This record gives sequence, C-alpha cells and structure tokens, in this order.
Amino acid sequence: MQNDSVIIANKLTKKFGHFTAVDAITFDVRKGEIFGFLGANGAGKTTAIKMMCGLSRPTAGEATVAGFDVNTQPNEIKKHIGYMSQHFSLYQDMTIRENIRFYGGIYGLRGKVIKQRREELIAELGIEEYANRRVEELPLGWKQKLAFSIAIIHEPEIVFLDEPTSGVDPITRRQFWNMIYEAAERGITVFVTTHYLEEAEYCNRVSIMVDGQLRDLDTPKALMDKYHKKNMNDVFVQLASTSTRTE
Amino acid sequence: MRILKYLLRKEFQQILRDRGMLPIIFVVPVFQLVILTYAADFELKNIKYVIVDRDRSQESERLLARFNSSKNFHNMGERTDFKDGMEALDRNQATLLVRIPNGFSRDLQKEKNATIMLDVNSIDGQAASLSYTYASEIIRKFNDEIAMEWNGLPQKASFPVEVKTRYWFNPEMEYKNLMVPGILAMLVTMVGMFLSSMNVVREKEIGTIEQINVTPVSKIAFLTGKLTPFWILSIFELSFGLVIGKLLFDIPLSGSLGLLYGFTAVYLLVILGLGLLISTMADTQQQAMFLSWFFMVIFILMSGLFTPIENMPVWAQKLTLLNPIAYIVKVIRAVLLKGSTFADIKNDFIVMAGFAVVILSMAVYNYKKRA
Repeated sequence: MQNDSVIIANKLTKKFGHFTAVDAITFDVRKGEIFGFLGANGAGKTTAIKMMCGLSRPTAGEATVAGFDVNTQPNEIKKHIGYMSQHFSLYQDMTIRENIRFYGGIYGLRGKVIKQRREELIAELGIEEYANRRVEELPLGWKQKLAFSIAIIHEPEIVFLDEPTSGVDPITRRQFWNMIYEAAERGITVFVTTHYLEEAEYCNRVSIMVDGQLRDLDTPKALMDKYHKKNMNDVFVQLASTSTRTE
Repeated sequence: MRILKYLLRKEFQQILRDRGMLPIIFVVPVFQLVILTYAADFELKNIKYVIVDRDRSQESERLLARFNSSKNFHNMGERTDFKDGMEALDRNQATLLVRIPNGFSRDLQKEKNATIMLDVNSIDGQAASLSYTYASEIIRKFNDEIAMEWNGLPQKASFPVEVKTRYWFNPEMEYKNLMVPGILAMLVTMVGMFLSSMNVVREKEIGTIEQINVTPVSKIAFLTGKLTPFWILSIFELSFGLVIGKLLFDIPLSGSLGLLYGFTAVYLLVILGLGLLISTMADTQQQAMFLSWFFMVIFILMSGLFTPIENMPVWAQKLTLLNPIAYIVKVIRAVLLKGSTFADIKNDFIVMAGFAVVILSMAVYNYKKRA
C-alpha cells in the first residue's frame, strides 16, 4: 500500500444478523484518482460507502479515510469528505441559494466564503434564473449537478458519489462527468458507484463487487485485457453472473 | 455556534414557508379554545327527574314545587310506584327519582323527622354526585323553611353545625376561569408535541437526514436547531391564547405573567424534547403521530384538566407525578387564578427542570448519526 493512499480498507465487513452485506473487502484508493466502485444491485456497494463515510459502523475489519479511522474517528472523517447519496438530498422547499448557504454553513465555511462560492457555483452551472427558486422546480439533471457541487463546496479531500447519474439523460451525464474530472484535477479524490458501465471506462481504476466481496480491481484497460473483453460491460456481466445472491 | 445559526435559519425558512401549516397552528387553537371552553361546562342544567309521591300531602307538594322551580331540574312527570320510576331511570328518561313515602307529612309533623328517597343514575359519577348535591340543597332549604314556620327560627337542634361555604379564587364558580387556562396549556402542548415529533422523522423519510449525518454537525447542534423554532412558536402560541382568553372570556390574570412564561419555557423543553425523542425513535411520520397521540391522550386525561386528580385512585395520583401536563395545568391555574408566586411553585419548577434534563439527554442519546 502506498503512502499517498487516501482510503485504505482492510477486511472491512458489515453483517446484518446472519447476512453479510460486505464481506472482508480490502483495497486502497490513491489521492486524486477517480475510483469506480461497481457491483450489481444488492452487491453491498452502498453499505460499503456508508461505512467509509461514518454513517454505518463496521462489524469487523478496519479502514482509514483521509487518514482517520472509520471505527474510532467518524467525526474527523466527516470534516474531510463530501457525500452524495443515491437519494436526492437537497431541501426541495428551499431555494438553490438557500441550500448552498445552508450546506456551506454547516460545513463551517465563513459567510463571505459561502457567498463567493455560491455565486461562482451558480454561474458555473448556468442556473442564474433558478437561483432564487425552490429546488423542486429544477429539472432532475440540474438537481444532480447542483447536489454534486454542494457535496464538494467545502473542498473535501474525498467525495463519495453513490449512483449520482441514475435517471439522468446522456448529455447531462456527460456534463456531470466533466464536473467529476474538474474536481479530480483540483485534487479531490472521487469515489463513485454507477450502473452505467461506459462510465466505468472514465475511471482511473475500477473495482467490481459481487455478493459483498471485491472480485477484482484494476484499470479498465487491464480488466478488459485480463477477461478478453472489448468493453467494461462484458467484463462486468461475466463477473457479476457468478453471483449466487438473489435479489 | 456559527453552525447553529445556519441550522436555525434553515428551520425557520422551512416552517415559515409552509403555507399550509402556519394557519393551522394559529386558527385551530382558537377553535379549540372557544369550543372546548363552552362545551366543557360542569354545571348541570335541566337534570331530568321523575316523582313517585305516595304521600300526596301539602308538605310533599311544597317540596316538589321547589324542585319544579329550580333551574337545575326538569320535571319529567309522575310515576305510580317505585318500579315504574326505576324504569324511567332505566330507559334514560330521567337521571333522578324522587320518592316521597306514605306518611311523609305525618312523620314530619309528629316526629319532626321524615325520610325521602333519592335514586340517582350513577353511570356518569360526576353528574350523579352533582345531581345529589343540587337535590340536597333544595331539601335543606325546604327544611329551613318548615322549621322557620313551626318554631319561628331555623331549627338549630337538627342542624347543630351549619356549613357555609365560600368559594375562594374563583368566587363566581366560573368554570370558564378554570377551563380556559387548562385548555390553553393543552393547546401549547399539542402544537409543540406534534410539530417536534413529526420533524426529524420527516427528514428521515425524505432522506435529507443522511446528508446531515455525513456532515460534522454535532447532534446537540442539530437538535437545538430543531427545538428552538418550535419553542419560540409555542411561546407565541401561549401569548396568542392568553390574548384570546382575555378578550373572549375575560379570564383573570392574577399572578405574574413573567412567572407563567418562565415556567412554560421550561415545560416546553420537556414537551419538545419528548417530541424529538419520539421523532428519533420512529421511522415514519405515521409512527411518530401514533406515539404522540398515545402520550397526549394519557397525559391529558390524567392531567386534572377535565377530572380532578383528587378523584383518581391513589396509584393513578402517583402516576400523575410523572405527567408534565399535570404540572402545567396546575401551575397555569395557580398563577392565573390564585396569583401564586415563585415560592409557591418552586417545587414544580425543580421537577420540570429535572424532566427537561432527562428527556433532552434521552433525545440526544437516541439520535444516532451512525447506524
């Protein structure tokens, strides 16, 4: 394991009763990389993310995120990460400006900084005309882009994105990935799960989870070579079809 | 502290923006205050009674005339015998059966002592005892009158001790003075409890709580942000109710309003804390609603608001020591009607502060940022 790893997981495990949702996964994520976290529905991706974000307590194993222990320092971790869940999590009954100010505020940013970032962000997204309208009035694609911008408003070291592009049209998805690239260029490590396998090819490295276990981890190209497939979709199908879990 | 400012701003924005909710918070209580105050009238008018008069004397008729002219009683006519009279009670045609036995006037004149029988339908115990009290009052006056005629003065011999009652603190026995403060306490409680119990669970339902939980916001800051707006709103609600109570029912404001607000402020921490505790326990707004109702119904019925705590069995009286609503009902009545001072309600203050510490700690403990 390298020193510039921002996430190091070692046999991280979560059990719910007799069911092992995440089964001793071991991996590391390097600083500044875009790390794809793939797996079929129910493979345990969200549970694994929640453990790393300090939302869920691991049953066994350990992990450090941004240098802090998930078992003992969840609150320290929370200061250094951003998180965008698969449920849309902005306040629909508040305006875009209010949402940005609120999340900036609870991450402890100063009023001036919030104001400046807020206006920059609104300009970048090109949503000036919506800025004082309620979030519920925004089209879904824009909501997702806004949610991502807010998730990194405090310039975290790592941002966790749990299926950020589900239900979004291809053009918006493309724009969304441009935002991810920009964030990565600024040095924010991106940890992303997705169902769209062509998106997996945009990642620096990809891991594939099957039945709670990490089946493989490498660059998309190396994985395609290894399994003699032309695209990530076929790699995924081959690995995921070994699943014995029923949904 | 700086973070709390943002939390508070967000909660206020959401509350004030909810166009459906604000009117409910202020219109519904007015209705409740007005309707309940008029409806919860403990004075009984027109108690229906039937008569079985086996004596048919001048005296018996004079006694019955007294019943007839009382505004508390309504004559449902005469029945031939006891069985007939009881049937009237059975069929709910009457609440009271007045039986005057044969020889009533003879005994009265000869023995200076006669008996009449009152049979009361006691399904509603409170109404029964009131009927009995009113009837006794009529009979006592009849006694005095007879004695006066025969002896020229009230017959002291048969009433060696005469009881005269003066009604303190509520001299006109104005039930409104008793009910308005109590109902006010109940309203403030209901608004605070329901709003706070639905709140955190609502964020659970729409999923925003997860986004909060992944931030470094502390549990105490988050719950303080939730509690404060409802606390202010409930205090406002109390003021609103007091103004209406004063304007519509002219309730007395004998004691210090500052003291009343001080106690209510502490009391609200308990109620809102309980609401937040429920909210952290429940997974859906439905569950939260059900739990709140459960507590509200028990607390209100055992608060002494509608039925005096002194009427309850001893174990139930002891239970009311744990009921915050019982304290606020007692204190609000004491301060408004009796003009109680801080020294009088100091113990209630201490108990309430203790409740607040326990409940709020439980709410903070029970709110888990991490599953």
